[in-house]
Amino acid sequence: MSVEVEENSTVQSPDRLHPEPRHEPLIFERSGEGKVGYSLPPLDVPETVAIPANLLRAEIAGETEVTEVEIARHFTRLSRLNFSIDEALYPLGSCTMKHNPRVNEEVARLPGFAAAHPLAPEEVSQGALELAWRLERTLCELTGLARVTLQPAAGAQGELAGILMVRAAHEKRGNPRTTVLIPDSAHGTNPASAHFAGYKVRELKSNARGTLDLHVLEEAMTEDVAALMLTVPNTLGIFENQILEIARIVHAKGGYLYCDGANFNSFVGVAKPGAMGIDVMHMNLHKTFSTPHGGGGPGAGPVAVTERLVPYLPRPTVERREDGSFFLDHDRPDSIGRLRTFLGNFGMFVRALSYIAQYGNRIGEVARGAVLNANYVRAGLSGVYHLKYDAPTMHEVVFSDKKQSEHGVHAMDIAKRLMDFGFHPPTISFPLIVHGALMIEPTETEARPGLDAFVAAMREIARECEEAPEVVLKAPHTTPVRRVDEVGAARNLVLRWRPES
Amino acid sequence: MKFLPTSDADREQMLRAIGVASVDDLFDSIPAEVRKPADLPPPLSEIEVRRMMGALAARNANARETAFFLGAGIYHHWVSAVADQMLYRAEWLTSYTPYQPEVSQGTLQSIFEFQTHMCLLTGLDVANASLYEGASALVEALLMSARLVRGRNKAVLSAAIHPEYRETVRTYFAALGLTAVEVPVGPDGATDPDALRAAVDDDTFAVAVQSPNFYGVVEDWESGSSAAHAKGALSVAVVAEAVSLALTAAPGERGADVACGEAQSLGVPMHFGGPVLGFLACRSEHQRQIPGRLVGETRDAEGRRAFCLTLSTREQHIRRERATSNICTNQGLMALAANIHCSLLGKRGLREVAVQSHAKAEYVKREIGRTAGYRIPFSGPTFNEFVVEAPEPAAPLLSRLARRGILAGVPLSRWERESDRRFLVAATEMNTREEMDRLVAALGETA
Repeated sequence: MSVEVEENSTVQSPDRLHPEPRHEPLIFERSGEGKVGYSLPPLDVPETVAIPANLLRAEIAGETEVTEVEIARHFTRLSRLNFSIDEALYPLGSCTMKHNPRVNEEVARLPGFAAAHPLAPEEVSQGALELAWRLERTLCELTGLARVTLQPAAGAQGELAGILMVRAAHEKRGNPRTTVLIPDSAHGTNPASAHFAGYKVRELKSNARGTLDLHVLEEAMTEDVAALMLTVPNTLGIFENQILEIARIVHAKGGYLYCDGANFNSFVGVAKPGAMGIDVMHMNLHKTFSTPHGGGGPGAGPVAVTERLVPYLPRPTVERREDGSFFLDHDRPDSIGRLRTFLGNFGMFVRALSYIAQYGNRIGEVARGAVLNANYVRAGLSGVYHLKYDAPTMHEVVFSDKKQSEHGVHAMDIAKRLMDFGFHPPTISFPLIVHGALMIEPTETEARPGLDAFVAAMREIARECEEAPEVVLKAPHTTPVRRVDEVGAARNLVLRWRPES
Repeated sequence: MKFLPTSDADREQMLRAIGVASVDDLFDSIPAEVRKPADLPPPLSEIEVRRMMGALAARNANARETAFFLGAGIYHHWVSAVADQMLYRAEWLTSYTPYQPEVSQGTLQSIFEFQTHMCLLTGLDVANASLYEGASALVEALLMSARLVRGRNKAVLSAAIHPEYRETVRTYFAALGLTAVEVPVGPDGATDPDALRAAVDDDTFAVAVQSPNFYGVVEDWESGSSAAHAKGALSVAVVAEAVSLALTAAPGERGADVACGEAQSLGVPMHFGGPVLGFLACRSEHQRQIPGRLVGETRDAEGRRAFCLTLSTREQHIRRERATSNICTNQGLMALAANIHCSLLGKRGLREVAVQSHAKAEYVKREIGRTAGYRIPFSGPTFNEFVVEAPEPAAPLLSRLARRGILAGVPLSRWERESDRRFLVAATEMNTREEMDRLVAALGETA
């Protein structure tokens, strides 16, 4: 008993009215023999086990025995150890951590969506099919492209789907080609996705502006290149202002221009990728269209394509008949096939359509707000933190720790110290082309006072780096746990709890 | 706009600080000729959004208001109120991948607990933090096997693996130059063990078998494992109905090296097929090739227990094209739902749900089998789902019943044109005897 009392205790700091929970035992350690947290209706049919004994298992040794009370407490306490967007600015660059409208959660739980089955007969699934069809039409309008597949489960799967469609289109003409060009500023998922689509990756060096160098592209763009994968705006938050020339160079050699649309939130409703010469583009519903990030998913990664790539879309597509009814078209002979089961992360479609409907024809204000806020943060921190690339900033700005590292303080330390000021850190150490990167994406749902407080905190940390680097190097000081030993975790792998034997 | 907190006065002040006259000036790097606003309808209020979504939702049959027997990879199991309500908490809902462990201990510890539940259920040593869903989880398991058994190009798959899983494997394999060979089922509905053994050769890197298989039949993991190990390949166990893991033999205890599939049954609503919850578990000697996120236990600077993401050198953000997978975002919130569900039901409840699901399926299988004109074509033992052969084409029959509020099953004709009179019926703890009797009576009437 004494052990349990000790584990349940909280560390009380005297200056806090409500002590933060600092430690919560594992749910397995809360177990007590004979405790039950659920009840089921009595079995109303004869109890029987009609499976041979050699195909059965013994009881699940080590599984929990807890009550609902303990479940509610445990998961509430654990939740309080997390930082969340509802608490304050969460400027994790490239991840687009913005407010998640609450009505979206409510409508996604309507029984007609949450308790609907993907294999129910078509005539009793018309609402779901229409919703998918309407989301597709809406994304076509926003991208200026011909069709959209909603199937990919996340951005990375969208990338794979997009490159597989490119591959199928080249194969149809007799040669899949061998190589995909990817700038050195790209997300790590781009080269990984190209590899899983069977391509070699050739990395293109960015120019001094931080964008693609047309001479480098022209030299690399041969008839062996299937596609250029370009993040627009790129991971430095810089728009490829020569996008039209880039598209011309790629198309002249018969290649496709793939756009990683993870950063679509910076120009949605302002400009259309289709008009830029982009042939294929994935979007992250959990970024641009604000479906919640859920501690690491679920996401959704729809892919929009030009007319030329429509035959290769994953199966099935959602189609509308002349009488206005909807159906799934599985009969698509040139399709790349499936990337997953059923129609995709449908629950995310509901939320995204709800989000877009609430902006309607004012959706461009999302981009305008995001770009305004990023530029405001840039103005507030310029001169305090080093800015390697000073081309115009879109939705995010990438500073570095160059000045602070002279005092022995690095991006990681600055990130940790920011937690003490009540903010989530920016993305650090990415993009790789900026050494010691601090990638800041405030998003459009942040008001000026919040941005001012963030800028003030960053300036204060910069001052500490010069005057009292120790306090930064030992940060964080106020979080539920102090700096976590990640090297130790990898060296001595403990990946699960084990029952005491 | 209700989600945009910048006042006009603040905007003016911000523009002055930036040194531009208008927000438009910030978009100068986008060529003018491609700038074009979206042609969408005016914004909707919350009231209108509810109305619009309510109208769409009302046009779908839902399991709460029908007699419901659909499965085939997505199941209608109980989701507790405490689990669903916990998912509304902003700290779970609106946080992201726990890159910064000091402010993400909740998510990290929950993933660690989820990994533990999946290890206990599968009988394996290591489980990852989740994958998208069952079909891509199988792909990841096979690609992992191909990396571990180098220089081989062939996977042997049971033809009783979910057809959409197999189709997904074909999509991924085509670009990588890998082949998948399929082994048919015998008259009992289980994968033919002799054909399985014969299909495995020195070029085979993995043998994958699903149990309960697509026809609901409980397979012996051992037949896949022995066939694989005889030729130095890895044995992959596929599970599409994870509730079965509480009653049937654990893959890790019957020779499987990797278990993967769909864990939607463990506390995740059906969501018209997504978001659901892929999982993957393996033996510790293979852990460095496992794809996806992993959470490990460690210490903080003051020596307290803490958790963090680990072995990230396998992942795309570090390894780029040499990564074990391209996966980044996975199914965090669904893994939380499953953790809460498994923790709440625990040792006793997980088993009771499995036992009830099985008993109800046995009851309705027997009753349908006694109905004139209907036949249960496979003789093998089933868990909570089984194939029925009707006296007429199944799809129109099932549509007729659906209009009467009975979602009686999934027609196999969607995947197997030759089986147009066959359909799958699934039962869970959610079904009552009254519903099952109604189903049987309705089938009898139409015969």
